[in-house]
Amino acid sequence: MNLKLKIWRQKNSTAKGKIVDYEVNEISSDMSFLEMLDVLNADLTEKGKEPVSFDHDCREGICGSCSLQINGRPHGPDGAITTCQLHMRKFKDGDSIVIEPFRAKAFPIVKDLIIDRSAFDRVQHAGAFVSVNTSGNTQDANATPINKVDADYAFDAASCIGCGACVAACKNASAMLFVSAKVSQYALLPQGQVEREKRVTDMVSQMDEEGFGACTNTGACEIECPKGISITNIARMNREFIGSNLK
Amino acid sequence: MTLGENFPAKTPEGPIEDKWTSYKNKIDLVNPANKRLIDIIVVGTGLAGASAAASLAELGYNVKAFCFQDSPRRAHSIAAQGGINASKNYMGDGDSDYRLFYDTVKGGDYRAREENVYRLAEVSGNIIDQCVAQGVPFARDYGGLLDNRSFGGVLVSRTFYAKGQTGQQLLLGAYSAMNRQIARGKIKMYNRHEMMDLVLVEGKARGIIAKNLITGDLERHSAHAVVIASGGYGNVFYLSTNAMGSNVSAAWKIHKKGAWFANPCFTQIHPTCIPVSGDHQSKLTLMSESLRNDGRIWVPAKEEDAKAIRSGKLKPTEIAESDRDYFLERRYPAFGNLVPRDVASRAAKERCDAGFGVNATGEAVYLDFASAMTRYGKEKALVTHQDASNEALVLELGKEIIATKYGNLFQMYEKIVDQNPYETPMMIYPAVHYTMGGVWVDYDLMTTIPGCYAIGEANFSEHGANRLGASALMQGLADGYFVLPYTIGNYLAKDIRTGTIPVDTPEFAAAEKSVQKQLELFINNKGSKPVDYFHKKLGKVMWDKVGMSRNGRDLKNAVKDIQAIRDEFYKEVKVPGDLNGFNEELAKAGRVADFLELGELFAKDALNREESCGGHFREEYQTPEGEAKRDKAFQYVAAWEHSGAPKDAKLHKEMLDYKYIEVKERSYK
Repeated sequence: MNLKLKIWRQKNSTAKGKIVDYEVNEISSDMSFLEMLDVLNADLTEKGKEPVSFDHDCREGICGSCSLQINGRPHGPDGAITTCQLHMRKFKDGDSIVIEPFRAKAFPIVKDLIIDRSAFDRVQHAGAFVSVNTSGNTQDANATPINKVDADYAFDAASCIGCGACVAACKNASAMLFVSAKVSQYALLPQGQVEREKRVTDMVSQMDEEGFGACTNTGACEIECPKGISITNIARMNREFIGSNLK
Repeated sequence: MTLGENFPAKTPEGPIEDKWTSYKNKIDLVNPANKRLIDIIVVGTGLAGASAAASLAELGYNVKAFCFQDSPRRAHSIAAQGGINASKNYMGDGDSDYRLFYDTVKGGDYRAREENVYRLAEVSGNIIDQCVAQGVPFARDYGGLLDNRSFGGVLVSRTFYAKGQTGQQLLLGAYSAMNRQIARGKIKMYNRHEMMDLVLVEGKARGIIAKNLITGDLERHSAHAVVIASGGYGNVFYLSTNAMGSNVSAAWKIHKKGAWFANPCFTQIHPTCIPVSGDHQSKLTLMSESLRNDGRIWVPAKEEDAKAIRSGKLKPTEIAESDRDYFLERRYPAFGNLVPRDVASRAAKERCDAGFGVNATGEAVYLDFASAMTRYGKEKALVTHQDASNEALVLELGKEIIATKYGNLFQMYEKIVDQNPYETPMMIYPAVHYTMGGVWVDYDLMTTIPGCYAIGEANFSEHGANRLGASALMQGLADGYFVLPYTIGNYLAKDIRTGTIPVDTPEFAAAEKSVQKQLELFINNKGSKPVDYFHKKLGKVMWDKVGMSRNGRDLKNAVKDIQAIRDEFYKEVKVPGDLNGFNEELAKAGRVADFLELGELFAKDALNREESCGGHFREEYQTPEGEAKRDKAFQYVAAWEHSGAPKDAKLHKEMLDYKYIEVKERSYK
């Protein structure tokens, strides 16, 4: 198939960016979306032009590197997957595709479609851990049984890949789904109890400091999350936050 | 020359069960106040690098950690699916440290160092304890205890897992331990930085030249020791299950500075990957080995059926049970579909080469869940007091169970192949997945460069000629959490009075200058072809001639082909953009340049090893039944010393001596 692409180009974080038109031809429907961009980039390189920069690494939907706002939707039109798993069979010959970086104040643009998501890391530095040293003398792994339902919910929350689609989908650029998933994982497990109150307070405080917006319960984050992280995590975090601050 | 003369493996004396303990009791320690005076660089933040960085920082060392990704959490350990082994014996099925040790040495076809493997088995249980304490959400049963499943090449259930995302959960655990140390200022994290070279001062590793991938600036970083945890080199094949950015460069740079490179030809070709669909393909996707717990592998028993399937005239579900060849169950009745990876891969290739392959390309076999769905469905129907003779109901219930076990893998398959694996069998084919070879290290995990360590997949150590499933996560975390933090102190104890290593020295200046020169060479080159053109060309030679089965003639040709591609690369490569700012093509050019050297050494090593063992299959050396034929004369680690060019690399042999395991024919029949 032949496609028209409208891609955000921006030389660096301070330069002014703009949408530039490109065409790609003879794209196979079995290609992934990023392989289609590989074709464009090989073509640009051969013509002596600078290829389009985008983040990507594992290309199997788990590392969270890839992003892209495709026709206005984080990770494109297909549900519950990342951009690297999106295949061209979701598009038709002659389609026009608009490709932009994820847009949020807390995710400044590095170049073209690459954004800086280090704000996510800093929120995690604030408290997304259990303070246990590597000693080899922690108690036996089976010493504390954990209710399977709680363990499964903790796993579901922990399966967040940190891609930032929730922020990009939110009209307020809120990071509540991301932060609440991590808070929930620890709140649900016995190992997370000791630092439970301090953790939620510190992480929320850092989240605010990074410039993410507030949550207005729109739910777009849950719809666009490639890993299906549930919005109930946000409710849990609100409860945790209020609980720890009313004491 | 034998390796032992210059660089002994330094394995401790005494019975194997006591070696690690007595070693730990005797090593030099660094007191806490002095640890604050010592800097350590860790390159790579996968399971090995992240766990090492966190543990070293907890001990009090100043750690500088580097990753080329935008966050340490994105290292490719994140993609490991199936699980992690530990000899906990929670299932009560007779597991023990010795049995895990035995299975690993046998699984590696007797080409790994006994002492290292025993230590690995010994600390495997600690890893699970540590991860649970960190809040890693492993799968549990209804009693709230940890669940286990089986992996290939063993007869016990010792694999801990978190759905099909075990690597993700373990890496996020190690990342959380890093975050705690980053917050305390004990780890300084350098994201989007690539190590460009190692700096030696008076023969010791004392720092690195790193490139800031955003600004393009070269930076000098010094330390008292440098730890390489940069993963494997499977991307030398271009198509592999590795991430796009996975590369050999850090390991290769230290090789060129004096670290010997061991067994480069030992590569794992994983049997269950989604088959290649076309030339556009940029990477291959693994379907976890855990699927072989429930999936049965088969091809049509009649060649005409295989032909009809390839041309689209017949569907796999239309082939009668009696016309299917479950070739693993047929050839290896004792282990069946759970034979080790190298054995399963070769068996699939043998059937496809013989004309029984499916898919339009003829390069695929089926992985079928129909009988597992029926089995699970019947059990569920009985337990829930429903009609177990109702086939439709049984199938429906069975599908639900399979979905809870492997849902994410089935979804991934459907997105890529556009077929529903609940309705029709999956198609799979072997693909490059892991490299057992790597930088040679001694018992301390130190390379042949003093003060330079290699851990995780980057070193050659525990897996011999074939790695068993769920052992990579175990080794990465063992090295990072429980081995290196002890052994590195033994070296650093002598460095407490050294003080900060200055970077304004001729050694750093010279290293930076040579990096700068190579970058300029790429940017100023007047070529016409993009980097990927050469990478794909190299990958094709590697797959065709140095892949799943190898022979002397092809290997000799491969050496020549790779040399020719390398010459062409330096003449014809075109790297757009400039030296400053983010330039992915420039980063790729440097990585492919290193692959073009490693590839040649790889082929040379495969040519030298005139035997078949594990993942290394030489067609000239096989039993009448087509199984790998080992040769006692090659019971050694081949460690290569750099000497100008790959063709001139010098071979050193570390002879392997088996005192605790009897070397037998490796049979899974």
